[in-house]
Amino acid sequence: MSKSKKSYLLFATFVAFSVISFLIEFEFGIRVWNNFLVFAKDMVLILPPAFILIGLFDVWAKKESVEKHFGSISSPIRFVWSILLASTTVGGTFVAFPLANSLYNKGAKYSSIFTYVTSASLFMIPMTVMEASMLGIKFSAIRLIASIPFIIGGSIILEKYLNKLDYKLPVIVDKNSD
Amino acid sequence: MLTLYIVTIIALIVSYFINKEKTKKGLRKGWMKFSKTLPTYLKLLMIISLVLLVSEDLIITYLGQDNVFLGLLSSLILGSLTMMPGFIAYPLAKILLGKGVPYMVIAGFVTSLMLVGVVTYPLEKEYFGKRATLFRNLMSFAIAAMIAIIAGIAYGEVLI
Repeated sequence: MSKSKKSYLLFATFVAFSVISFLIEFEFGIRVWNNFLVFAKDMVLILPPAFILIGLFDVWAKKESVEKHFGSISSPIRFVWSILLASTTVGGTFVAFPLANSLYNKGAKYSSIFTYVTSASLFMIPMTVMEASMLGIKFSAIRLIASIPFIIGGSIILEKYLNKLDYKLPVIVDKNSD
Repeated sequence: MLTLYIVTIIALIVSYFINKEKTKKGLRKGWMKFSKTLPTYLKLLMIISLVLLVSEDLIITYLGQDNVFLGLLSSLILGSLTMMPGFIAYPLAKILLGKGVPYMVIAGFVTSLMLVGVVTYPLEKEYFGKRATLFRNLMSFAIAAMIAIIAGIAYGEVLI
């Protein structure tokens, strides 16, 4: 059985388990299902448009312009681009992972995409607004300002390490499909 | 959320008028990527809904302990292991603050929660491969620890 079939089978089992839980009023199962709905709602709403945009990005974004802004011929301003792109990415890392992979396969450097993905989880605008209102602006300010140098520094170190290994990220859709 | 839809629709329309074929190819590519990783997304959702159920009590118990450094350590570890949406995480953080848990521990928890993804490992692996995923998360853990300590200093909880 293929890997994806197994996942779908597991999911079918999960749904069956939830249905039974509701029927016999099994508290634990009901709570698990309610949690599932919380996350699933976001995914159902965000993933389809996000993947449409990623697909369009793949066909339209020119290799040269990705290289210019995120790749080896770009200036350190690429970190600003990466962070700006991150703060406007809806859906956090679930959307950032596939987009980072596309960016890489269009010629972006490791340090750009790691800065992008890492800040996508830290700098989401709606999350930060909520945080500031509950824990105070000072808290959010410390968290955001303190993390920038570490994220960029860490991404550069990671890039050096991966380049030394001659590491390549997986290609999701085969080039042959063009 | 609405912005995402508006942007997507505008991008589709513009793209369609400039080049029909390219737009179709883009949609096909997007669909292929989506369908290829959909099983992983589903698996992830199931794991998260289970983890979230047991984590809340653990967090209140372990983060609220008297020893600040053990509290910090458990905040980093629990934050890495779990995953929860902001509307659960921040009210929880506020409750913890009210119980006298230091800002440093809260910062450690919130930051590692967002940065380190143990449960998202299967998904990240699909796009970054095993090694890059592992090291990116190790780096993120270290960053979360640094931010927690900086927050501790800024709030006067850690004296240098």
